[in-house]
Amino acid sequence: MNGRRNLINNLLFGLGLALMIAALYMVFMYVPTEKSMGIVQRIFYFHVSLAWVSFLAFLVTFVFSICYLRKRLLKWDYIAHASAEVGVVFTTLVLITGPIWAKTAWGIWWTWDARLTTSLVLWLTYIAYLLVRGYATEPARGARFGAVVGIVGFIDVPIVFLTVNVWRTQHPTTIIFTDGITAPMLMTLVVCIAAFTVLYVLLTAQGAGLKSLETSIKRLKIRRTG
Amino acid sequence: MSTFARIITIFWKDILTELRAREVVTSVLVFSLLVVVIFSFAFSTRIDTAELVAPGILWAALTFGGVLGFNHTFAVEKENSRLEGLMLCPVDRAVIYWGKLAGSFTFTMVVAIIITPIFLALFNLPLFLPRLLLVIGLASLGFAAVGTLFSAVAINTRARDIMLPVLFLPVVVPVVVAAVRATAVVLADKSWSDMLTWLQIMIAFDIVYLVVSTLVFDFVVEE
Amino acid sequence: MSENARSPFSWAIEVQGLTKSFGYHPALRGIDLQVGRGERLVIFGPNGAGKTTLVKILSMLVRPSSGNVWLDGVNIRDKPAQVRRKIGLVGHQTFLYDNLTVYENLKFYSQMYGIANLEQRIQEVMSWMQLVDRRHDRVGTLSHGLQQRASLARAALHRPSIMLLDEPEAGLDPQASTVINDVMGNAGGDGLTVVMVTHNLERGLELGDSIVILNKGKVAYRASRHDIDTTLFRQVYNQCTETG
Repeated sequence: MNGRRNLINNLLFGLGLALMIAALYMVFMYVPTEKSMGIVQRIFYFHVSLAWVSFLAFLVTFVFSICYLRKRLLKWDYIAHASAEVGVVFTTLVLITGPIWAKTAWGIWWTWDARLTTSLVLWLTYIAYLLVRGYATEPARGARFGAVVGIVGFIDVPIVFLTVNVWRTQHPTTIIFTDGITAPMLMTLVVCIAAFTVLYVLLTAQGAGLKSLETSIKRLKIRRTG
Repeated sequence: MSTFARIITIFWKDILTELRAREVVTSVLVFSLLVVVIFSFAFSTRIDTAELVAPGILWAALTFGGVLGFNHTFAVEKENSRLEGLMLCPVDRAVIYWGKLAGSFTFTMVVAIIITPIFLALFNLPLFLPRLLLVIGLASLGFAAVGTLFSAVAINTRARDIMLPVLFLPVVVPVVVAAVRATAVVLADKSWSDMLTWLQIMIAFDIVYLVVSTLVFDFVVEE
Repeated sequence: MSENARSPFSWAIEVQGLTKSFGYHPALRGIDLQVGRGERLVIFGPNGAGKTTLVKILSMLVRPSSGNVWLDGVNIRDKPAQVRRKIGLVGHQTFLYDNLTVYENLKFYSQMYGIANLEQRIQEVMSWMQLVDRRHDRVGTLSHGLQQRASLARAALHRPSIMLLDEPEAGLDPQASTVINDVMGNAGGDGLTVVMVTHNLERGLELGDSIVILNKGKVAYRASRHDIDTTLFRQVYNQCTETG
């Protein structure tokens, strides 16, 4: 059981490493520079991958929060929690890479368009998720409250997106490529997304494993001290 | 029928307590007025810019006032472990949620109905705007739906006064946006069709959060 | 016998393999307990032994982590509303609203329990607890002892068949103690089962038909009043309180 888990872990790690190196190579060496935006446009590949993965992370938190509330199995909660942690880190990176790119592409750091605003609201919501877990008076309560916020917060995503979209009808349609997306660009994007998805799976699995170990240690301590 | 009667029982208990203690409405009212005043200074509002910034100021005041009020919703039940008393009752947990929701919605509405005319007068805007009442009603319901749920979460955390706004504010972003835009339409005296989308967004938000909160409330209060 | 259905001649309270942990901290580590109808059970134990957790599970305020509880033969997982009607709980706190009068508080809870003829019933419990003259006083203005009596009135409103008293005598006036005597004395007669948690050894031994000592989430000692071995009881109790 443990051996098999290790094997899967190692395989994933190898795959992730290979994909990440390939992604780096493709982003910096292989893919041609986009004409109108220049070199800075290359951040787009990371930005989009991170955004996709953070959304995936919150979706996983949502699903496992529901599972946890239904069955009360701690392992579901570990996954939901770890996934949200990774999601917050990745969203933070999205919110950093986005403005860097936007400054060159649109000449502004930030615009309140639907995608940006939704990312910001998501980020705030899942920081609240982590805070409520941390501040709960008991860990079991923290898990329940986290699950509730993980569900309630995720349902907000489409509503926020829709609202901001209507609010800012004049938002600049994201011009990514003046000449449309070329095959090498698409390839690079796909490899990049794959690399970050594997990284996400690895980090979440490690995070969940760590939480499980932490709980075992705390239980052992309590048992020894009575 | 008995479910409805029990919701009313909890609601009436909250109204009676509030009439005696006057803890929520008065403090929220004063606080919201202060937000209006501070924001007016912050934007150095003049009559000619009033229509532009007024909707934002009104909803900032009502949103922050709402947070203050919802902090009370379950804090009252935490004292003397009254929540345990409620939990002992042979009623569905959703009844407790709806009873508390009815109270917090009413308090939010009362505050909004008092604040809004004062605010309109301060900005020299027309006082009689019946359509604004609809906007306030829909937004207050959305606020109360989320606020009541998170109030029950926040009372069982440390630093609960901070936890509620941190949880509440990101989630109600759509309501704030929609309410501000709809209020702008009313103040500019534009047609119904201009505010239809915003009303629809608020209605959708209210329905979604009333349903979801009813479903998850159980998990918030049951140990 | 199946997991869920118990015969009508069941125990008032039956607990099987009950555990509860709050996060990492185990509060109950496997409790088995039967309480007969009309029995008066007194639970002793040091702080942190799990007494309050057990009472909260019996009153359905806390969900068990594992194990089963039947009240009057009904599994508490199955019919929560039905089981809640059987239970009266007097906890460390009164659950009453300070700004409402005694009468208003009792009326609120009567309506929540859906009691028929509620005016009459409120009158009954108020006169039983000798609260009639104070009925229009706000609960916040009453002394601690009177508040606790109002709390007892609240717990008795819906004629529960199982009364759970979690240290009801902490800070009570002598008059309220007689009310507790009354509740305990009445048990058995009209089929009322009482479980009382207390730190007061003399009172507990005097009032209980049987006693249990809880320690570290387990039953450390159990005996009925007739065959209680006082020296053994004291020995176990002292051991628990010393190590606990």
